[in-house]
Amino acid sequence: MPTELATQNSQVNTDLKDLAQDVVRRAIKGGASAAECVIREGDEFSTLVRLGQVETLKQSGSKAIGIRLFNGRRAASTYSSDFSREGLDRMIKSAIELSRITSEDPFAGIPDASQLGSLTGDLDLFYPDVYSLSGEERINYARRAEKAALDYDPRIKNSDGGSFDAATGHKIMANSHGFVGEYRRSYCSISAVPIAQTEDGAMQRDYWFSVSRNLSKLESPEHVGTVAAQRTLRRLGARRGKTKKVPVVFDPMVSTSILEHIFEGINGDAVYRGATFLAGKLGQKIAADSVTVVDDGTIPGGFGTSPFDGEGIPTRRTVVIENGVLNSYLLNTYTAKKLGLQTTANASRGLAGTPGIGPGNFFVQPGKKTPQEIIAAIPDGLYVTEFLGHGANLVTGDYSRGASGLWISGGELAYPVEEITVAGNLKEMFFNISEIGSDLEFRGSVACPTIRLDGLIVGGE
Amino acid sequence: MENIKFFFQHYGLTQNDLERYLAAALSAGGDYADLYFEYLNSTSLSMDESMVKSASQGISVGCGVRVISGERTGYAYTDDLSSERILHAARTAALIASGPAKTPAVGFQEKPARSLYPMTLPSVDAEITAKVELILRADTAARAFDPRIKEVRASYSDELRNILIVGSDGTFAEDSQPLARMNVSCIAKTEGSSGRGSSGGGGRVALDFFFGERTPEFFAKEASRQAILQLDAREAPAGDMEVVLGPGWPGVLLHEAVGHGLEADFNRKQTSAFAGLVGKRVASEKCTVVDNGTMPWRRGSLNVDDEGQPTQSTTLIENGILKGYISDKLSARLMGIADTGNGRRESYEHIPMPRMTNTYMLPGDDDPEDIVRSVKHGIYAVNFGGGQVDITNGKFVFSASEAYLIEGGKITAPIKGATLIGNGPDVLTRVSMVGNDLKLDEGVGTCGKDGQAVPVGVGIPTIKIDRLTVGGTARKDPGGFMQ
Repeated sequence: MPTELATQNSQVNTDLKDLAQDVVRRAIKGGASAAECVIREGDEFSTLVRLGQVETLKQSGSKAIGIRLFNGRRAASTYSSDFSREGLDRMIKSAIELSRITSEDPFAGIPDASQLGSLTGDLDLFYPDVYSLSGEERINYARRAEKAALDYDPRIKNSDGGSFDAATGHKIMANSHGFVGEYRRSYCSISAVPIAQTEDGAMQRDYWFSVSRNLSKLESPEHVGTVAAQRTLRRLGARRGKTKKVPVVFDPMVSTSILEHIFEGINGDAVYRGATFLAGKLGQKIAADSVTVVDDGTIPGGFGTSPFDGEGIPTRRTVVIENGVLNSYLLNTYTAKKLGLQTTANASRGLAGTPGIGPGNFFVQPGKKTPQEIIAAIPDGLYVTEFLGHGANLVTGDYSRGASGLWISGGELAYPVEEITVAGNLKEMFFNISEIGSDLEFRGSVACPTIRLDGLIVGGE
Repeated sequence: MENIKFFFQHYGLTQNDLERYLAAALSAGGDYADLYFEYLNSTSLSMDESMVKSASQGISVGCGVRVISGERTGYAYTDDLSSERILHAARTAALIASGPAKTPAVGFQEKPARSLYPMTLPSVDAEITAKVELILRADTAARAFDPRIKEVRASYSDELRNILIVGSDGTFAEDSQPLARMNVSCIAKTEGSSGRGSSGGGGRVALDFFFGERTPEFFAKEASRQAILQLDAREAPAGDMEVVLGPGWPGVLLHEAVGHGLEADFNRKQTSAFAGLVGKRVASEKCTVVDNGTMPWRRGSLNVDDEGQPTQSTTLIENGILKGYISDKLSARLMGIADTGNGRRESYEHIPMPRMTNTYMLPGDDDPEDIVRSVKHGIYAVNFGGGQVDITNGKFVFSASEAYLIEGGKITAPIKGATLIGNGPDVLTRVSMVGNDLKLDEGVGTCGKDGQAVPVGVGIPTIKIDRLTVGGTARKDPGGFMQ
């Protein structure tokens, strides 16, 4: 089955860089005092196979452009998927008109020329081999993952399918301080979502996946399906838990949420607005001694890696928390100025709007104990494998989420539990991280080993 | 607003083109093909520190081609509406089938459709200065509410989505869909405490909605009030207890507990905890739940769904008995059920699937004050953030952002936000009282499913649930709640 994507012509590579610079020039000519242009193009493929049959097959490409410009200290932005001359002119003109109604903000602007740049060398982000499988082979990967799950145990009778996805992206950026940069990224993944059923008809669903920038590093479909099946079976017969205060262990799929709360609490936007209890705490102890958190946008091949951030500044490695002490916020140029600090090159830029802040590869330094050792030390506790809902308030620190997992009894994972909540306050929780496992693994740009937290209240019967 | 043939006018699209594209989509066989054209114009503004810091506008255009063959769906899209790109997308989507070509039906029939959001001036075309005025007013009102309000963020966004859907069965539908909303969020601070609050609303409305019905001052005062209230909130209790939900946005309960579980695709695949329960009791007799896409001006409403099917009001649960599912074209065909006009997609880049519109419970006979009075020890929750559900095991959550203790039938202290968790197929069986005060939400709901976000509405009257788990931090002592 031919699945060649006729993407845009290959010359477009240089054309898009020229185009971005041209749009910037035209914006300045049109009256802007500074301008920044971003172009994104990409393509994607995805297939879902369910009960052995192809259920969906999707494949396409797209391209879009955005401009952010300044009229003195007034900013505005527009975006479009219309690359015709008229379309681009209209886009620039709208931005200039819009800039008349925004406020003069003394901190607004694009970075100084001296800060701009791009990491050199191969960051290992792009592998065309993600599209090297034929259409049939891609479908087979999805089918094989699902089959391995379905074949694993007779209690697995149903499935939400096996899937295979691949995508590539190309980002180009130029600004009126002379910055021009671009990079490509690739991505592929396999997943399986089996459903197991007990005799009384109660169903449970879980999943597993493998994601990589290149095909050769993907886990085999059989491995993905097998792990998915094991995780699903582990949930069968889940019962409710009791309301009590016990140690809670977060498995690596959910421990990343603690990092997400940390990010929510130490990003420049939240800090300058006072929308986080961590504002004003630079240099202070905010977590247990064992906690060291790093943000690194330079790791070759990393899911959070890029040669430059959303404002055209080379990415870097920042130690955010060191042995429990808050060492650095994560900032872009605007928030850095607001706080009297230097940017950490964490600007994140979509096509439109002001740059936000995003992590690079964001992780907790691993500890020495294995997850088994951490669990073995707990006579009565909870091992969380999934959270439901959000429920973290970074202003007050209040934390309350739905959960399911396994009850720990006598140092072992004893039986599955569901329909329970886990609650506490983040102000104490970061200090109550009492164990950090050795099992740090990146399945995305945010990674955290198994961790143990004390002092949480489990809500149930 | 005139229903002009938007894509014919602006892109020179002709009926002949549409027929050619559909033929290309069915060139390898298949049971059905459709084309979804979309032109989306959006604006957004935001301010904080009393400064309008961000203004953004954009256009997104494209066409998605879908081919269905049995249970299989092939999909491709293009952001370039030239013939050759659409034909390429059609041939790519066609790869799902492998057989002799099929012929699309000759001619298109436009079904009579509603006009749920007619307006002479969609807000995207209104003066930008009027929109700026809305957020400036919100900012002023929030700060004036109380000196403890330290930070205010106000935003406004609107869009106009023009769509054209044509299908190989002769389906032809067009719609022009406006959407507008504004939001205010505040942070309050004192020496020893802090709190946050948020309020917003809108709908498929014109700008004058915010100058009349729901003003910036209304949202600003609501957000400020919540932030101030949170300053004194005490720990929420933990464990199972009686829960009273206030009217309106707490209808998120229905969206999570039963709404997703009743989407036809999950039931066709038998992955939902509600599969096979049609005709069975899933709620108390006092509960009738509907999904209604036909309410004028509402954020969750549509004249036609994203497959060209007119929307309707579908009774999901009637006096506690499960009546049926919400469906799309594919589910209707494969399950032999009615197409309820709930086939929705986030954009031309996405495959449609069954999605909710406005989901609410009909009012009952109970007096809301009697409902509170009937509770010895419980909580009264009136505002929520969002929620989530695992439709396979039926567990759902929704997070209360404003709630109070009920002690001896009286509302007493405000408590910190807590997540409530329950089991969809039986939580509504424990609804023992249903108030006469049905309200729908203010128009801020967005539902996510399978990576696709669509605007929705929810609603509920005051109800009492005899037992629900509250995720607080204060455990019950034999004598009552820990302070």
